[in-house]
Amino acid sequence: MTGLKKVKKKRRVWLIVIVGTMLATATALIGYGLRDGINYFRAPAQVAEDPPPENEVFRIGGLVEEGSLVRGQGETITFRVTDGAASIPVIYTGVLPDLFREGEGMVGTGRLVGGVFRATEILAKHDETYMPKEVIDALKEQGVYVDPGS
Amino acid sequence: MSIWEYANPRRFMGWSAPLVPLFSALAALLIALGLVWGFFFTPEDYRMGSTVKIIYIHVPSAMMAINIWVMMLVASLIWLVRRHHVSALAAKAAAPIGVVMTLIALITGAIWGQPMWGTWWAWDPRLTSFLILFLFYLGYMALWAAIEDPDTAADLTGMLCLVGSVFAVLSRYAVNFWNQGLHQGATLSLDAEENISDVFWLPLLVCMAGFGVLFAALVLLRTRTEIRLRRLHVLEARDRTGRKGSGEG
Repeated sequence: MTGLKKVKKKRRVWLIVIVGTMLATATALIGYGLRDGINYFRAPAQVAEDPPPENEVFRIGGLVEEGSLVRGQGETITFRVTDGAASIPVIYTGVLPDLFREGEGMVGTGRLVGGVFRATEILAKHDETYMPKEVIDALKEQGVYVDPGS
Repeated sequence: MSIWEYANPRRFMGWSAPLVPLFSALAALLIALGLVWGFFFTPEDYRMGSTVKIIYIHVPSAMMAINIWVMMLVASLIWLVRRHHVSALAAKAAAPIGVVMTLIALITGAIWGQPMWGTWWAWDPRLTSFLILFLFYLGYMALWAAIEDPDTAADLTGMLCLVGSVFAVLSRYAVNFWNQGLHQGATLSLDAEENISDVFWLPLLVCMAGFGVLFAALVLLRTRTEIRLRRLHVLEARDRTGRKGSGEG
């Protein structure tokens, strides 16, 4: 095996440039072509625009709409998930993650039956905002706190 | 004098010798300071409570996992273009450190994700590309071990490193390319306004500096070991051919 040993330096540089360009192009094409598969969830607006068939299991993600969370019997809850453009009702029975609350992000797995998303699993999604509790409390008292999720 | 003269093995052994204990001490100091500060002297987060404190290990290790691959890429490209043996050995020496950082980030991420997101693992774009990066580290090390001729091994692992860089880049920027993932965006970014409060950010910065210096100490130490190993092989080979020659004579 000769490998790169006998290739001249200038041609080695060109080889690397060409390999790098091809890799970047391939990644961009694959990433664009498979974006529906790579994206972890669909937004409520996407689901409202193009509702999946009742037997398709998919994930929906967005914010838990303020004032929509209703705790029913036992562990069953209903709420609406929104992305600002559309809002989809969700029904779920099971354990919720710590961060799940109104105004926060969530990702649910399940099926859309009769316009209602029946979730089998709910995850919480949060952003990269980290703030001490005391600071938020103080800001809320002064009435200047703006929820980063809104 | 050209900067490339520092890559001469003999010179490299000279200037790196005093740096190893210096960087080791500095890393121990920074990591101890950052972790103690972060774990015991920071307030609780408004949403996550004390769970946020795992950030002091998760973010620096994830950052180093990606940066080490980029360092290996730079070292591999220098080898492929200029044929400096120390550069190839530095890339080889960095891989096991990188794989440990990746593993730490994966484990702390799972521990963080379970209570906060509600799952240990999700096939989110960022998490998935990070897992592939981990597998690339393993493949890279396996390829070095599989090829006997050191120059051929350096050539082929260099090319593998180039391919793996796709996933190093995606691990960092997947959130920007596919915005519908579970993982949040970068905690620290140069272009956006910081969303992390200073009380968390300062100890995090100390931890990240500590992990960076720790890597510098380890990679210098391991590169020195690789150089000595290479010299040993040369001496052994010379010894073998010498004995064979005298046997025939």
